[in-house]
Amino acid sequence: MSAIDRPSSAAPAADEIETSLYEVRKKIYPRAVSGWFARWRVALVIATQLVFYGLPWLSWNDRQAVLFDLVSRKFYIFGMVLWPQDFIFLTVLLIISAYALFLFTTIAGRLWCGYACPQTVYTEMFMWIERSIEGDRVQRMRLDQSPLTARKFGLKALKHGVWIAVALWTGFTFVGYFTPITTLASSFANWTLGPWETFWIFFYGFATYGNAGWMREQVCKYMCPYARFQSVMFDADTLVITYDAQRGEPRGSRGRKADPQALGLGDCVDCNICVQVCPTGIDIRQGLQYECIGCAACIDGCDQVMDKMGYSRGLIRYSTENAVSGKYADTEIRRHVLRPRVLIYSALLAVIVIAFIAGLLLRSPLKVDVLRDRGAMMRDAPGGQIENVYRLQFINTDEVPRRYAVTVSGLPGLQVIVRQPIEVAPATTQAFPVSVRVDPAGLNPGSHTIEFHIADVDRADVQAHEKSRFFVR
Amino acid sequence: MSDFVHDGWSFYIAIITVVSLLACAVLLKAMSTRKLAPGEKPGTTGHTWDEDLQEWHNPLPRWWMWLFYITIVFAFGYLILYPGLGAYPGYLKWSSQGQYQDEQQQAAATFGPIIDRFLKQDVTAVAANPEAREIGQRLFLNYCAQCHGSDAGGSRGYPSLRDGDWLHGGTPEAIRTTIIGGRNGVMPALGAALGGSEDVRDVVHHVLSLAGRTHDGLRAQRGKAKFATACVACHGADGKGNQQIGAPNLTDDVWLHGGTEAAITETIVKGRMNQMPAHKDFLDAGKIHLLTAYVLGLSGQPRP
Repeated sequence: MSAIDRPSSAAPAADEIETSLYEVRKKIYPRAVSGWFARWRVALVIATQLVFYGLPWLSWNDRQAVLFDLVSRKFYIFGMVLWPQDFIFLTVLLIISAYALFLFTTIAGRLWCGYACPQTVYTEMFMWIERSIEGDRVQRMRLDQSPLTARKFGLKALKHGVWIAVALWTGFTFVGYFTPITTLASSFANWTLGPWETFWIFFYGFATYGNAGWMREQVCKYMCPYARFQSVMFDADTLVITYDAQRGEPRGSRGRKADPQALGLGDCVDCNICVQVCPTGIDIRQGLQYECIGCAACIDGCDQVMDKMGYSRGLIRYSTENAVSGKYADTEIRRHVLRPRVLIYSALLAVIVIAFIAGLLLRSPLKVDVLRDRGAMMRDAPGGQIENVYRLQFINTDEVPRRYAVTVSGLPGLQVIVRQPIEVAPATTQAFPVSVRVDPAGLNPGSHTIEFHIADVDRADVQAHEKSRFFVR
Repeated sequence: MSDFVHDGWSFYIAIITVVSLLACAVLLKAMSTRKLAPGEKPGTTGHTWDEDLQEWHNPLPRWWMWLFYITIVFAFGYLILYPGLGAYPGYLKWSSQGQYQDEQQQAAATFGPIIDRFLKQDVTAVAANPEAREIGQRLFLNYCAQCHGSDAGGSRGYPSLRDGDWLHGGTPEAIRTTIIGGRNGVMPALGAALGGSEDVRDVVHHVLSLAGRTHDGLRAQRGKAKFATACVACHGADGKGNQQIGAPNLTDDVWLHGGTEAAITETIVKGRMNQMPAHKDFLDAGKIHLLTAYVLGLSGQPRP
């Protein structure tokens, strides 16, 4: 019994009752808050969603500006057409996102969670709808406790109706990134959507409705891995939302005119506003907790109370562990931002971003693969020459037709037999059989390395070079 | 499930599967509650690692537990719809083979009309259609290029399709027949029939002379008589061959197996066996039509 000894089994047997090890979610009723950080949050919700909902409707060169065409494996981003061969750019983009997340988290905690994460953004939107229909925290709590009346039913139905409409619009927009949104809109209106389009619109719609309407902070607390490993990126100089316990404690209510020093109280009036506005339902005064998504609603809430009381703002504020514990003053926080960890992340991020942009700009619109014919090593050509056959696979990623000239080097007197220039239609892959001839006199029998040079006839900077083998009898 | 020798094994597996799923539900139910005194916290599981790392009974949300039950419900739904319970084929009668056939049918329905619309047109008209040529080239690269080369220029033993020289005829009908049924090219071994190696050499020089290659005039003269007895049946008196039986024209200096003295000697002494496989079993009429037109369009095309 050494490995498993249950502390609970020590309790007296008579009083024991069956207790669930699972907890019912306690519904959180966040109170509306206004202030500097709230304005930032609203601004970011609007900015991110304008991009998300608006982008698929833009057009570029008679096509959708941003379209990820999975069927034909072409990914249009404004003037760029990316092919599956460009997958590396997606990889680098994800690396950039990860490093940016590390950097911002090291500097100022969970900025992503609080302001830009879709879970936060859609929850904000859904809570705003909820507040507009059902009222603020206290009204919503009363409504939920009241018996079902026609009014309550109407309010709830209206709220869920609007939620579902927004959710379906979100699902529709998401699918619109993968299938042309204008045709999607007309088939949506005519009710002639394909089975997969229907499935994904409703799937993403349901995910939006469920996560932003019902799950909310549960996603952050139980599903999101980032919430759990963020502490690795924190250090004592990271800006986090902190309650200044030294200034606030001992907390206690008092009249506005009362002198806290005379009462032996700190600045915290114990109004619980910071708890009421918290979307994850925690008390920031207990210190940094993994549930805190860094939305700063408690800062705005507390600052308003401090203003009313005539105290200075910032009882709850962005500060660092070192500053709060008195290692240095708040004014010196800025000087501690540039620490080795931040500098290393910034340097790596800068290098990767520069490489990414340079790679995208210098990306060649021409890709060529040389496939040697496998059936025959060589064949005789007129005049005692030896001929090898190749298939040149051209990928023209440009959205205009292109003309290419092919030459070969590697053996004296090599000759390419193909109708020049080779014309490739816009944004297509095309194969061209090409034979290469040489006079075998003086050449060693066996394999020789040759190189194909493909040059765009109209653009000197677009070239491709591909090695292959040439066999001589 | 033909793998099972006896039907009983099917039941054996089905019963184990169902009992395991039910056991999961029972285990979940048993593990989701614990007898505790009122107000008491469940504490830790008692498991401790690395001296002080403990596993706590912090409560999970209840919806999480329901997800576990949903997986069990899902499993039963799956087992009803799809094959999984022994030999039971499932309500949807899904099989990998069936899915393959469905996808084949879907592909035929998608691409069939694109290909079949050319069936109504004459082969020469199709050969002149650039779109048909593009499809034809893709088909050619898939089915024909392994032997005839990507550029249809052939190689030793595999005829070039672009030199205008045909073994079995270059009319649309002949090309179609070749693709559908394949061809067998047989040159019998004539070493013994011609006599000694000197006699063979004489015939070889006559053949060289037919093609206008450098040859020994005397030997060619002697070989002509031998040729008239042993070779004319197929290649004809003038050596121009016979497309009915696939006997090549020897006068055009186009060589399937090589035109040097050594190569021709080998052909005559040992004979040649050549085969073009039949394609009717894996190409439908539409594709054969497009390929016929593509090959017709290649033939006699001047090399660029």
